Amino acid sequence: MKNRLLAVFSSLALVSLALAQTVTVTDAEGKQISISDTSRVLTLGGPVTEIVFALGQGEKVIATDTSSYFPAAVSALPKVGYQRSLSAEGIVAQKPSLILGTTEAGPPAAIKQLRETGITTLILAADPSVQVANNKIIAIGKVFGVQPRAEALARGIDLDLAQAKAYFTQIKKKPKVLFVYARGAGTLLASGTGSAADGMIKLAGAVNAITGYEGYKPLTSEAVVAAAPDAVLFLTEGLKSIGGVEGALKLPGIALTPAGKNKRIVDMDDLYTLSFGPRLGKAVIDLTFLLHPELKRPSGL
Amino acid sequence: MILTRQTQTRISRAALILTGLLGFLICTIIFSIGIGAVKIEPLQVLGILARAIGLDLGIAFESQQQAVMLIIRLPRVLLGILVGAALALSGAVMQGLFRNPLADPGLIGVSSGAALAAVAMIVLGVTVFNANNLLALPVAAFAGGLATTLLVYRVSSQNGRVMVGTMLLAGIAIAALSGAATGLLTFVATDAQLRSITFWSLGSLGGATWETLGVAAPFLVLTLFIMPRFSRALNAFTLGEAEAGHLGVDIERIKLAAIVVTALAVGAAVSVVGIIGFVGLIVPHLLRISLGADHRFLLPGCILLGSSLLLCADLIARTIVAPAELPIGIVTALLGAPFFLWMLIKSRRVGA
Repeated sequence: MKNRLLAVFSSLALVSLALAQTVTVTDAEGKQISISDTSRVLTLGGPVTEIVFALGQGEKVIATDTSSYFPAAVSALPKVGYQRSLSAEGIVAQKPSLILGTTEAGPPAAIKQLRETGITTLILAADPSVQVANNKIIAIGKVFGVQPRAEALARGIDLDLAQAKAYFTQIKKKPKVLFVYARGAGTLLASGTGSAADGMIKLAGAVNAITGYEGYKPLTSEAVVAAAPDAVLFLTEGLKSIGGVEGALKLPGIALTPAGKNKRIVDMDDLYTLSFGPRLGKAVIDLTFLLHPELKRPSGL
Repeated sequence: MILTRQTQTRISRAALILTGLLGFLICTIIFSIGIGAVKIEPLQVLGILARAIGLDLGIAFESQQQAVMLIIRLPRVLLGILVGAALALSGAVMQGLFRNPLADPGLIGVSSGAALAAVAMIVLGVTVFNANNLLALPVAAFAGGLATTLLVYRVSSQNGRVMVGTMLLAGIAIAALSGAATGLLTFVATDAQLRSITFWSLGSLGGATWETLGVAAPFLVLTLFIMPRFSRALNAFTLGEAEAGHLGVDIERIKLAAIVVTALAVGAAVSVVGIIGFVGLIVPHLLRISLGADHRFLLPGCILLGSSLLLCADLIARTIVAPAELPIGIVTALLGAPFFLWMLIKSRRVGA
């Protein structure tokens, strides 16, 4: 009797679980996407992969793209190429029940092909803002039926951002920061407004040294001198590619800026700095202390 | 009598080679449809095709295989056949028209112009990630290709007469100019834009859908019907332009027609698959080694060999780094160039 009751209850629980799993989520274009099967998820883009793992759903991820390298567990998964140059067939071969990505995933033809093969494909907005980052987390939480956890994660980011703000408002003068994207000394791009780097610099209580254009433009020595940054921010891999801080100081123009004179060359990890993912709050706190050397970081933060 | 017997053996030899090429193309098509990240057996290919037209052959296949074959691979293979054939044909026609073995379909500026238009649209801020906008780029590329060809044509023609030598040089100059402009745009492009630019400069059949096939196919198919009609005129051209005129060929009309058809074909090809180098250059040469210079055999041969070689290259491009994909232009050049050199060295030895 007891056993039978248990069986009835557990089958009821299974049924309700299955029902709970059919959810409708709004995608980047405002379309309603119905999602019922999250057993085999293919994630595209570092932030999306990170969010899925941060929400404890990592074991449902069966493959990712090459820009997903955090957390470490991702490295064991098959890679379907870089998210901006995907091949539909390679993705279908992984037999995903759901593809999760952002508008950075492409080319558009590949996404169209994937939709046509009947695989549920949820494409979320990718703009580098706190609002969009939080929406992404909440949407993915809804996909997996773990909204409370997603809300907690988003709240954690807001708390971290508030904490960073409490620190940097102590400093009256906002440092001017130049963000340089480097891939070897031959490829140096400086970030203008509207980029993820620009967003991070502002969140960390600094100002972008370059406001004359949107997006990235090749770095020139004269523009560097004119921008007169107090600090130059690199991605860790990028700084390595030009020979570290020593190499950066030798770049044309840098030595003549306040940043060059005071050797204020700083770097942070690529995904951590620019992804606007679940570690956004922590990254902003780190960047705040990197860009405001006057602030003393308390232990445990 | 001896002469006719020689002609007869030449014709039967050509027929044999063309039949062989047809067989090769059919094999390539079957392999191309079957092989890939998702494997489909030849029998399953038949089963899926039959199901698509409402017949049940009782052959088991998964719905995933059906989706991949009908939505991704079939349009891709068909586009590969048409593009490969059109590029090789245009190459042969250009080489015949210019009487220059270095001529290729890009010579009249059409591919560099098309690529420039596409890259300009990507970099100068037209949204490429808008799914509704999938056809905007191909249309821009097609228009760019035709505009550049028109420019080359205007530079090299006088009183309605095309000066072939001038056109060759003008084509090279315009291609260099569009190359420089493309380089300039690449220089200011962002990471995301660079990815899209790679597609145009190195080529890929990965974007093939029934929709893109539908847009490009009319131009490509038209070419396959029109170009083989140039064969007699092109044979006369091998003697020289004036001699062809004496043989009764309306040389100006043929030149204009060949340029227009090539521009349409290559413009349509580049607009959907980007620039795929080498096919248009080497396929006619490979065929001349075995078939001889007679365009009546050469042109049909180009259709068969061009399409099968492009399918082979695409097969390699999409399987060698699976589940990711290589740009097909890398494969055609990487395999085409050494093979071409080997053929040249071999034919030189035979000649000596």
